[in-house]
Amino acid sequence: MAPVSGELRDLQVEIQQYADEFGLRYFTQVFEVVDYVQMSEIAAYGGFPVRYPHWRYGMEYDHLIKSHTYGLSKIYELVINTDPCYAYLLSGNSYTDQKLVMCHVYGHNDFFRNNHYFSRTDRRMIDVMANNASRVRRHMDRHGISSVESFIDTCLSIDNLIDPWAVFRDPPPPPRDDDDVNPEDSVMRGRLPNVSGYLEDYVNPPEFIQAQREKRRAEKEASKRKIPQRPERDVLGFLLQHAPLDAWEADVLSIIRGEAYYFLPQMQTKIMNEGWASYWHSKLMTERALKDDEIIDYADAAAGVMAMAPGQLNPYKIGIELFRDIERRWNMGRYGSDWDNCDDMAARATWDKELGGGRDKIFEVRRLYNDVTFIDEFFTMDFCREQKFFTFQENRRSGRLEIETREFKKVKDKMLAQLTNFGQPFIYVVDANYLNRGELLLGHRHEGSDLKLDYARDTLRNLERIWRRPTAILTIIDDKPKRIRFDGSEVTISDEPEAFKV
Amino acid sequence: MISRIDKDHNRFREIVRGKIRKNLRKYISRGDMMSRKGKDTVTIPMPQIDIPRFTLGGGGKSGVGQGEGEPGDPVGGQPQDGGQGSGKAGEGEGEKALEVEVTLDELAAILGEELGLPRIEPKGTESLDTKKDRYVSLRNQGPESLRSFKATFKRALRRQISAGTYKAGNPIIVPIREDKRYRSWRTDPRPQSNAVIIYMMDVSGSMGDEQKEIVRIESFWIDTWLRSQYQGLESRYIIHDATARVVERDTFFRTRESGGTMISSAYKVCAELIEKEFSPETWNIYAFHFSDGDNWSVDDTATCISLLRDTLLPACNQFGYGQVESPYGSGQFIKDIRAAFGTHQKLVTSEITGKDDIMDSIKEFLKGGR
Repeated sequence: MAPVSGELRDLQVEIQQYADEFGLRYFTQVFEVVDYVQMSEIAAYGGFPVRYPHWRYGMEYDHLIKSHTYGLSKIYELVINTDPCYAYLLSGNSYTDQKLVMCHVYGHNDFFRNNHYFSRTDRRMIDVMANNASRVRRHMDRHGISSVESFIDTCLSIDNLIDPWAVFRDPPPPPRDDDDVNPEDSVMRGRLPNVSGYLEDYVNPPEFIQAQREKRRAEKEASKRKIPQRPERDVLGFLLQHAPLDAWEADVLSIIRGEAYYFLPQMQTKIMNEGWASYWHSKLMTERALKDDEIIDYADAAAGVMAMAPGQLNPYKIGIELFRDIERRWNMGRYGSDWDNCDDMAARATWDKELGGGRDKIFEVRRLYNDVTFIDEFFTMDFCREQKFFTFQENRRSGRLEIETREFKKVKDKMLAQLTNFGQPFIYVVDANYLNRGELLLGHRHEGSDLKLDYARDTLRNLERIWRRPTAILTIIDDKPKRIRFDGSEVTISDEPEAFKV
Repeated sequence: MISRIDKDHNRFREIVRGKIRKNLRKYISRGDMMSRKGKDTVTIPMPQIDIPRFTLGGGGKSGVGQGEGEPGDPVGGQPQDGGQGSGKAGEGEGEKALEVEVTLDELAAILGEELGLPRIEPKGTESLDTKKDRYVSLRNQGPESLRSFKATFKRALRRQISAGTYKAGNPIIVPIREDKRYRSWRTDPRPQSNAVIIYMMDVSGSMGDEQKEIVRIESFWIDTWLRSQYQGLESRYIIHDATARVVERDTFFRTRESGGTMISSAYKVCAELIEKEFSPETWNIYAFHFSDGDNWSVDDTATCISLLRDTLLPACNQFGYGQVESPYGSGQFIKDIRAAFGTHQKLVTSEITGKDDIMDSIKEFLKGGR
């Protein structure tokens, strides 16, 4: 691993100037040049070579090295969301490739710094990860490698059960002090203001006040008994607070939860992030950095990045096209109610108000949106048609994938469905004292697809390891409400009267 | 110092090995392992190494794509892992069965550890290594016939540019003595095998597909183990019904013949093969014969026994006879052999009633460490 030197260093200075010129606001950028073995290692660790030891990184590494050796895939670059922002360049890349990659990295860097969803991530994550690693190692020294490792496996099994919005929520307000423990203190509570004392019994009849007080107390009692009060999506956080964990177990769980939250925005903004970086590598390269004799190499590399495999959406491609579309539309004033309500095809085709606000708009979009809102707002019927989107479905008879429809609404719905919660189920903690036996009850908010049963069973087992009491999940299997329960020795599936709803 | 990733990688390999060992019996009794065999690795499906999570199953594959085509047209080329659109493919833990690659050597080691197989002490100690020269590098001396044109002119060009005598308008390059580069060779030892396995299989009418499958699986594992013990192992295949012949590996496992059974025919061919090609002084010879034990006549069995006693057993390191149970065979042969030889050191017999017995049978065959 070596910091850039020589011509790459000069290149960085040059590209940074272009980035400034276009108004990108980025963290200090640090490039390191690594060979493909180091690159695979860093990629296996999710960009952080200092993470805690775990076999799954080894598995990932095994996979990356092999697919590199067989020429199936190649990692050109890797950039992490930290301040300063570190990016790793592959030492074997050609000069033109490095140029392209550097431009691309500045795009990512700007995105990390300015997109709202990254605003709560820890920019000193390298240090955090290193500390996490040394803590995990210490636990391993003290409690044995295999016991810590198997606990990590257990925790990883539920590391997708977090609440994407938790970081943006204000901390819960401190519980209001309306304890009716001492009725004398709260003698005035629940009374209507009454100036003339002689009407007191009429305005605030004592029986009524008493009844209200009783009702409040009953409600309070009931809610005290119910944990959590409302279904809770941050299952990891909930377990951390309520599960009977040893200190080291709680520590490991909190490490995994912290890292899961750190990586979350990257999953929330995959299309935007790659689209934005691609938009900028294209812009910086074609308008500034590219020399005549590099055109072919650049075009080749860029085409490879943008290529759309059949039946697979390439986030780079959708992202860049959407950003370009937005820029064009805002430049030409193709937005707002005038545009939306115009159904004169000729007028639409020549619509150009020459507003020129496109660049500002895309900067705003990169600041405020995530993939779901991005697609929801800017994936228009025109765009869908121009880019020839379709949905496909497996033909059950022939087993091949066939184009289902090109209908705009269906395409968009499908796309949003895939993006919503990253295509993962919505799982909530429903009751931590289920059946009044201290069992943990989760609920799956069913949105059309069933859970994968074998995985759900194994996950329940792992949950039981953490909760140390039977665990169950409410879900729907083949349109029937069911409850899957693991009691410590076997998994049973039973009928439920009603499906789980939030 | 071992890097972190190497530690994690080793840990991963260890877990894989552990899983294989734990499920060895299952893997051994399943035939599909061999079809997954690459040059010297085997791909083993291993879903249980995956980390389970709550994920969505979902009926049928579907997604969003981009490109030409009318509704109903197939999506051009099949996506690799179920077309989880939205570029999240590769993260989709659900669809794809996890597979790991294991080298055959590793597999053999696991087999050896699990079955407690001893290492084999080879006979014929003189090494039969041959050497082969390969041209792999350059040096600056050598015969003109080995001069590398390209490398020489490259050197000359470099020298001329640095000396400033190169003119782009008149690009004449004249190599001088120092520029000349010659191809140079490296001598690689080529380990030559001095071990051979001779597989014999009864393909008479009574050997059904299931029996052949068992033979196939068992020979694969025996092969794997012995290959880990000898470099460059030779193998020969003989099939027989009433007559016997040497065949290709492919034919060995695929042929379906019918007819009677004369085991002696195979033993004769085997004996000839040894005599012609594999001298027992220098070769480690392993012979395995699989049959359902339903020999044609008592006379033939007697011939077999005398062939074994006089020719085959003295020549071989070990002679293995595996009897696969079949609904038609009488299974008499194994009893006859056992009666004739008792516990002869070099003769190992094993009865295989079904796929589950394969592992025990392999152990039986290989535990002698001969």
